[in-house]
Amino acid sequence: MTFSPELEARFAKMIASYPPGRQKGALIPMLLYAQDEVGAVTDEVIEEVSRRLNVSRVEVEEVLGYYTMLTREPRGKYHLQICTNISCLLTGGEELFQHACRKLGIGNREKTPDGQFSLEEVECLGACSWAPAMQVNYDFHYHMTPEKLDQLIDSLRKLQ
Amino acid sequence: MTLLAPPHPLEKRVLLRRFPEPRTEPVWIDEYLRTDGYEAIRKALAMEPEQIVDEVKKSALRGRGGAGFPTGMKWSFVDRKSPKPKYVVVNADEGEPGTCKDRILMGYDPHRLIEGVLIGGRAIGANRGWIYIRGEYREYIDILDRAIAEAYERGFLGSNVLGTGWEFHLSTHTGAGSYECGEETALLESLEGKRGNPRLKPPFPATSGAFQCPTIVNNVETFCAVPDIILNGGEWYAALGTPKNGGTRLVCLSGHIERPGVYEVPLGMNLLTILNEIGGGVWKGRKLKAVIPGGSSSPVLKAEECDIPADYDSLAKAGSMLGSGATVVLDETTDMAKVLARLMKFYAHESCGWCIPCREGTTWLKKITARLEEGIGSERDIDTIDRISQSMLGRTFCPLGDAAAMPAMAIARKFREEILEKLSRADAFAPVEGAQPLVVL
Repeated sequence: MTFSPELEARFAKMIASYPPGRQKGALIPMLLYAQDEVGAVTDEVIEEVSRRLNVSRVEVEEVLGYYTMLTREPRGKYHLQICTNISCLLTGGEELFQHACRKLGIGNREKTPDGQFSLEEVECLGACSWAPAMQVNYDFHYHMTPEKLDQLIDSLRKLQ
Repeated sequence: MTLLAPPHPLEKRVLLRRFPEPRTEPVWIDEYLRTDGYEAIRKALAMEPEQIVDEVKKSALRGRGGAGFPTGMKWSFVDRKSPKPKYVVVNADEGEPGTCKDRILMGYDPHRLIEGVLIGGRAIGANRGWIYIRGEYREYIDILDRAIAEAYERGFLGSNVLGTGWEFHLSTHTGAGSYECGEETALLESLEGKRGNPRLKPPFPATSGAFQCPTIVNNVETFCAVPDIILNGGEWYAALGTPKNGGTRLVCLSGHIERPGVYEVPLGMNLLTILNEIGGGVWKGRKLKAVIPGGSSSPVLKAEECDIPADYDSLAKAGSMLGSGATVVLDETTDMAKVLARLMKFYAHESCGWCIPCREGTTWLKKITARLEEGIGSERDIDTIDRISQSMLGRTFCPLGDAAAMPAMAIARKFREEILEKLSRADAFAPVEGAQPLVVL
């Protein structure tokens, strides 16, 4: 399996940054960047990454079971991650999450039938002073309200 | 939008000195060089490594990630004569609830971090470093990647730093979703491509860190303080703060506050001054109920306990922590049982499961507090929270167990009456959807 030239260049640089014989260091970054391109950590990705880093499949499975951003199943095209931890809780994060569930008709860690949206209640995103905060894929959205969330979802729907 | 707050007259901006006003673009290399950028590494390259460590010791800089360990001392533990390679690791896994400061430094002044890392590398005789950033911060990884490329181009990084013959390489390394990886030994495990389980200490990273080699691991803000310490001297920096609590620090104001934001204050500024003057006081004209002064792991302070200098030692004396500088304000309407339940849900989710007291303790705390939030339970449950927390403290490889137990005990003790009152109001026999069955330990 090959990745895009940009990603291949990134991987080459990444692998070279760990001490000789310790290339396994690149495992988690490689899985995440590969997932971003492929959509999930598929069997092919596991096989390819384990081959390149000379690690066993079980070593890959170990980290897949640990890191919450890594996924074996593709998420929605727009993965909405809403924080409900302390600073967001105090400023309406929980209501925002409930609103998103109603608006999309799905629950936590679920995906709309058309595969466009998935939803996840997440822990602190490090955006506490601009709470409530959320991410769509890697893009941050701050000072959210149910109204702003409606507008955001509607504008993403139009992009399809 | 910009995440930079307009400066407040009571602020003392050192880390943020390049931002007299909010802006959206990061300081790239040309602007950095125009504003004393990379002058500190030039100066450090002309110093003996011991002198660099001494200067940092004199500055009374303490770790800004949460533990507050003296940075100069941490650096001095590395044996420069060791035949093994030495490494520098930046902890940019900002994840302590309430904390949103490292992203400001990385997102707006990325070269400051690179320069701080270079100085740290020079001090311990390292030739390589990694910036371990939480995966959600892709935006900042991209900014740092660009800044690192600029630094390579201009000869600040590479096989011959500024023509001195010293080699130093730096890369970003993304995490992939784990609070636990903010703990330095779990972070090192993760850097090596493994699950983020903490290591038994000793050995400490200074002896056996990344890839079993001597390593310094410091928070983003800690490294960012170093260039100005080298430029102006450790004594200058120390004098900005209080004894043994040198310099300035970033404070992240969030929650029920009029002007939330990230501000820079001298160590030792009164907590109420920070809240009322810089933060504009409690929002909506309400009264203060409590403050979480240093991230969700720090024991809560009741309003009447907040008239204290905000530095490491004063907050420790008050039974709490300065932690990561995350100051979460809770107004008079806050339901403390709800706050407690949400925090315990967080710790149960993030416990890596390695140590039994933490894995089991956080799970039980989550179950009990989820019931209390619904108004179900008895006084005995509050005592049980205390007992479980006591059985976690100091009995785990890493501080996550303590981080859950400390706020649990503080809220259960200080707001016992409020929680009891909530229990007396609720109909304990009403069925509650999703409630856990009552189990008496």
